[in-house]
Formats: sequence, C-alpha cells, structure tokens
Amino acid sequence: MMTTNWFKFASPAAFYPIAGRLIPWFGRIAAALVLIGLFWGFFLTANQLGGSNPQKEYYRIIFVHVPSAWMSMWLYLVLAGWSAIGLVFNTRLSFMMAKAAAPTGALFTFLALWTGALWGRPSWGTYWDWDPRLTSELLLFFLYIGYMALHSAIDDTRRADRAAALLAIVGLVMVPVIFLSINCPDPNQCAALHQRSDPGSIHLSILIPMLTMTFGLWAYSFAAVFARLRTIILTRESDSAWVRDVIAKEATV
Amino acid sequence: MFKVFYCVLARDITLAMRRRTDVLTTLFFFIIVVSLFPLGVGSEREQLRMLGPGVVWVAALLASMLALERLFAADYEDGTLEQLLLTGQPLAVLVLAKVVAHWLLTGLPLVLIAPLVAMQYHLSANAVWVMMAALAIGTPVLSLIGAIGAALTLGLRGGGILLSLLILPLYVPVLVYGAGAVAVSAIDIADTEPYLYLLSAFLLGASLLAPLAAAAALRISLE
Repeated sequence: MMTTNWFKFASPAAFYPIAGRLIPWFGRIAAALVLIGLFWGFFLTANQLGGSNPQKEYYRIIFVHVPSAWMSMWLYLVLAGWSAIGLVFNTRLSFMMAKAAAPTGALFTFLALWTGALWGRPSWGTYWDWDPRLTSELLLFFLYIGYMALHSAIDDTRRADRAAALLAIVGLVMVPVIFLSINCPDPNQCAALHQRSDPGSIHLSILIPMLTMTFGLWAYSFAAVFARLRTIILTRESDSAWVRDVIAKEATV
Repeated sequence: MFKVFYCVLARDITLAMRRRTDVLTTLFFFIIVVSLFPLGVGSEREQLRMLGPGVVWVAALLASMLALERLFAADYEDGTLEQLLLTGQPLAVLVLAKVVAHWLLTGLPLVLIAPLVAMQYHLSANAVWVMMAALAIGTPVLSLIGAIGAALTLGLRGGGILLSLLILPLYVPVLVYGAGAVAVSAIDIADTEPYLYLLSAFLLGASLLAPLAAAAALRISLE
C-alpha cells in the first residue's frame, strides 16, 4: 500500500503555494454556484407561500438564510477540529487554519442573524424574538467573538494559539445545542418560531437551490480562509528564507 | 490524592478567612445588583414576582464571574501556581480543590442569602426552596466552567472583561434552566423536577470535564 505523508502539507512553506493555486478555483466555483443558486431560487422556484399574494415573496430570503446558518455551524466545527488537531499533533499550520476560519464563520453567523431579522419582520412582525434557535445562533456569534478576542489579547503566538484552541473545543458543547434547539424541550417555556423539519419534507425546487447556495458559500469559505491563511503564514514566517524569496519574487512582478 | 485535595482546599479557605472582605464584597455585590432592579423597573408586586427568578440568577452569574478573576490570580502572581504545577500531583485534582474552595466562599453564601433576596421580590415559600435548590446545584457549575476561563485569561491585560466575553455564553444553559425552575414552581411545584435533574446533569458533566480543561488551560498559560 502506498503511504502518503500527510504531514508534508502541514508545513506552511509547502501549503502556501498550494493555497495560492486553489484560491482562484474555489473563487470561481463559489461565484458560479451562488449565481446559479440565487437565480434558481429567486426566479425559477415557484412562490410557495402566498399563492397569488406577491407580498409573500420575502420567503426567498431562505436561500441566503439557511445556507449561511449551516455554514456558521459547520465552520465552527472546522475551527474546533483544526484546533484539536493542532493541540494533538502540535502542527503550526492547523492553528493558522483555525485562526483563518474564525472571521469567515463569524461573518456567516452575522449574516444568518441579519437575514433572519429581515425575514422575521414581515413574517412574525418583529425583527427579533427569543426563539431558541435565534438565541443559540447569537451565542454562537459570541463564541466566535470570544475566540478572536482571546487570540488577539495574548501577545505570545504560541500561547494565543493553544489557549484559543482550548476555548474553541470547550465551546464545542454549544454546537449540538444550537443544532437541536429546534426541538424545544418545553413548549410552555419557549415559543419556537422555527418548526421542526427534515430535508426530505422540503420541496425539491427549494431544496436544490438551497443546497447549491450552501456549496457556493462553502467554496467561498475555502477561498476566503485560504486567502487569510496565506497572509497569516507570511506574517508568522516572516523571518524565514522562503518568505523573503516569495516577497522578493512578488515585488518584481 | 484526597490528601492533596484536602490540603489545597484547607489552604484556600484559610487564606480567604484571613481576608474576609473579598468574600463579603461578592456577597454584597449580589445583594446590591438584586436591589437595584426594583428601583429601575418599578416596584409593583406582580411584576417583581415575575422578574425575580431571572434577576436573581443574572446577579448570581455576575457575582460568581467577578470573583473568578481572583481564582488563580494571587497564586499566579506569587509563584504558588507554578509550584502546584511542579508537584507531580494530578493538576485536575488541584484545580477541582481550588474550585470547590472558590464555590464555598462565593457560591454558598449566595445560596444562603437567597431567601432574603426572594423576600424583596415577594416570591412564595415554595419558590424560595426551589430557588435555593437550583442555586445550590447551579452555582458550582458556574464556578467549574468559569475556572476554564480564569485559567485561559491568566495574567492578561483586560483579563476581567475578556473573561466575561469568554464565559458568559457558556453560562446560558445554567441560567435558562436555573431561572426556569423557579419560574415554573409558580405554576406547579412538581414541574420543577426535570429542571433540577437537568441542572444536576450539568453539574456532573462539568465536574468531570471542567477540571481537566482548566488544568490544560493552566498548562498553556504557564508554559
């Protein structure tokens, strides 16, 4: 059996050019999928809510809202996963990856909350309500902010990486809570505005554009995280010879 | 191992008893915060009865968080913490002892003062018992989770505010079910049981995992 040395790409010097080559591809895939998903969702999918009532068109926010909410949770898992790998294998690149993923995750969390508020106003008559899922998404946003705040408060990079990684893993207990918060434990306690749903019960003309958007945002996350990762690598490795070569080469272009 | 646990516990409590103001400050902070709310929102009986459980829990949350900063800080400054790390005893046990001492000094007083505070909010006798039980189970969870944050922010500038940012989101489940238990007791006292069971589950989970996480955090901070 052929053995692949996975740690080869764990070296920032080896991964930097690969990330550079992958970014344009992920960028193109993201643009294509988002355009397809939005066009399909906005123009091709039939109006599901209002019938002949054009005022119910606002439901199309779902094509941005749900994919960004999914990505917000997924990126937190990515963040915690790379943190755990970093703590176990002591690889520098893993911590950089985790740090690069945090702002994108926070962005999607904010986007999910924001589109949720815009959806809530016409449908529930309020921008904000203490629905369990809204609340837990807000908590996720705080977790991202906490991760970034702790990381930037510690000057020593090694300690910052490891401390923030531990925090991310501790915060992981909240992700299942967020995901399952749709099942309100006590209907008297919390009026759940989100209803329980499973992918099988969603109409295909909604599900397909929604999934297309999700993959589009996923590809965008790859591109954005890699771009951020490259600057983090350059900053942290600025003392090494290969970085000086890279900078010298890019200065002449 | 129990000896080590007992040693650290006794040491921390003795130290705190020599400087009682620290303990009393937390307690009075709690009382003041709780007393401020009726002045702010008005003192109608029904309204206070409704707000009471939540206000008491939020105040308990803030009081326990303010006290957390001191959990490791003094030992960190005079080097005791490094010595504890070097003892070769399991660090998680030492952390657990420190957390227990911390709870006895800051959490337990809050539980005991709860009836007095409940009177300010016109809570019924049943609600007072439920509140004491919920606080008794819930505040140790706060101390345990908080220890992780205190260990992570050790010796950082602006550590206190950072600590609140890291820890308060993790406190939310305890707040929801702690205040929920008291609120539900107004409807039917039997309904509070699941809330208390759930809080107990949090306590068991936290006392198992939080010392390990806090010990790992201390190692990172003192590296």
